[in-house]
Amino acid sequence: MSEMTQTAAKPRIERSATASRTYTIFVIIGLAALILAPMFFYPIFLMKLLCFALFACAFNLLLGYTGLLSFGHATFFGGAAYFTAHVVKEWGFPPELGILTGVVGAALLGLVMGFFAIRRQGIYFAMITLALSQMFFFFCLQAEFTQGEDGIQSVPRGHLFGFIDLNSSTNMYYFVLAVFLIGMVIIWRFINSPFGMILRSIRENEPRAISLGYSVARYKLGAFVMSAALAGLAGGLKSLVFQFATLTDVAWQMSGEVILMTLLGGIGTLIGPIFGAGLVVTLQNYLATSQFPVTIVTGVIFMVCVLVFRRGIIGEFYASRLGRKLGFEHRR
Amino acid sequence: MTMIFGIPLQAFLGQLLIGLINGSFYALLSLGLAVIFGLLRVINFAHGAQYMLGAFAAMLMLEYFGINYWVALILGPIVVGLFGAIIERTMLSRLYDLDPLYGLLFTFGLALTIEGTFRYLYGAAGQPYSVPTQLAGGTNLGFMFLPIYRGWVVVVSLVACIGTWLLIEKTKLGAYLRAATENPVLVQAFGVNVPVLLTLTYGLGAALAAFAGVLAAPIYQVSPLMGSNIIIVVFAVVVVGGMGSIMGAIVTGYMLGIAEGLTKVFYPEASNIVIFVIMAIVLLLRPAGLFGRDA
Repeated sequence: MSEMTQTAAKPRIERSATASRTYTIFVIIGLAALILAPMFFYPIFLMKLLCFALFACAFNLLLGYTGLLSFGHATFFGGAAYFTAHVVKEWGFPPELGILTGVVGAALLGLVMGFFAIRRQGIYFAMITLALSQMFFFFCLQAEFTQGEDGIQSVPRGHLFGFIDLNSSTNMYYFVLAVFLIGMVIIWRFINSPFGMILRSIRENEPRAISLGYSVARYKLGAFVMSAALAGLAGGLKSLVFQFATLTDVAWQMSGEVILMTLLGGIGTLIGPIFGAGLVVTLQNYLATSQFPVTIVTGVIFMVCVLVFRRGIIGEFYASRLGRKLGFEHRR
Repeated sequence: MTMIFGIPLQAFLGQLLIGLINGSFYALLSLGLAVIFGLLRVINFAHGAQYMLGAFAAMLMLEYFGINYWVALILGPIVVGLFGAIIERTMLSRLYDLDPLYGLLFTFGLALTIEGTFRYLYGAAGQPYSVPTQLAGGTNLGFMFLPIYRGWVVVVSLVACIGTWLLIEKTKLGAYLRAATENPVLVQAFGVNVPVLLTLTYGLGAALAAFAGVLAAPIYQVSPLMGSNIIIVVFAVVVVGGMGSIMGAIVTGYMLGIAEGLTKVFYPEASNIVIFVIMAIVLLLRPAGLFGRDA
């Protein structure tokens, strides 16, 4: 794992006071921008962006902070979308319970997939997660409740806590924003907890973590389930935003997309994936109206990123002169 | 009518044949993956795309230049192999010092690019490629009807697999390859040009995939998506077999193809996922894979 992890940011505690101050300012600016954003942009677009940003950050928890490349995260994202859509539409669950169902379902899927995948490392881990998620794709294709090729359509958004009408797009936007922020705080707390520190030690030097007496497999599984649950949070939210859940969300291309978002934004940086997701989603929106296929652009960006831009946007920023002046450190 | 396990013998053998054919492609592709991984430590995600390129090469050669199947069977792999060699030389070779995951991500991007381009140019729908006249028709074996082309695919892919195995295990070039797998620095010190060896290996792997693609063209529809459909299954095959041994990759490919075919007879709903289920079981019982050496 060592090379991949060199792109990672230094642990937060080592960051200088300047960096902390800069960080706080950035967070405040970011928050203000997100709160005001619906005045300037199309709310659905913003909500999509936030869902994918959360998805990418959840994924980065695994790749950036534990050093595990999962090629099967579509399972958790799309699976949760199906679960949420199903319970909300067929069983009449309120939105908050619907999303919770999605999260729990995704966590369980993560537990099963993680159980098999952590038996191998590196490249095999990626292939196993890909294969298992393809298996889940076929399951969704044939299972009754997903309604096959049609997907679950016209999912009602309902009323949050019984009194906030989510059919209003303003209400929905602030609900999505709140969930997104909760998700980000969870991720932030998680990676700065003792658990997160142990994950980083596994990423940096697995044999050493083992020799220090840590049950590496259990920590990896824990990180995997956590990442899956948060990806599920994003997926469940997405099915309420768009009011449908389809096979696209569980297909392997989705797993590839989230990898690209993370890579583009900066592997192992807390906020990088948000920028990566923003760029990819914007690009998709832009290309959707043209004839040019997204796949080619995605593929080329992938190749370019891997060849010359491995630190990603935020990683490059941290490593740049300005970034270092602001107190960020970035090893290479 | 003869029955076997409550299934008409005809249907049973028919599915067995289909399984054997799928197995031939799994074997050829996982063999190529194993050869590339052995030396380059790169999982070639673009393997499926190169397989698709082989099928398209055959189709386009016929369409634009009237080149027939037999020539395409040689020319297709050469063209795709050269393409692979160029990619390796210009781009992939820059990633050897990094984590192997970057190689996987790069070839994933490459696969998306190739697939997207062909979808853009030729649409997502499959196009037929007719069976060469010499191999058209079928023969009645008494217990089943065998389309000649399918028999040909099984035989020729077996020959290609064994040929590759012999090349790697029994020739001088193969000895260099194996030595470079063990210790590239030492082999370089003995005066072997290892970078060229790497390029050659990647080209050979790509050519093998394209060869499988040309073989597949008359059986499956030639479609831009044919590669990504098969590559994920082949990954599962590789996890089951372990990439430590060439022969392991071949044997596992055939075995899983047959297992898939038989599942189609007994429990059709599960035929899509049976290989993944087998993979999961193998991971439980023998995490390193059936023929694997590395942990």
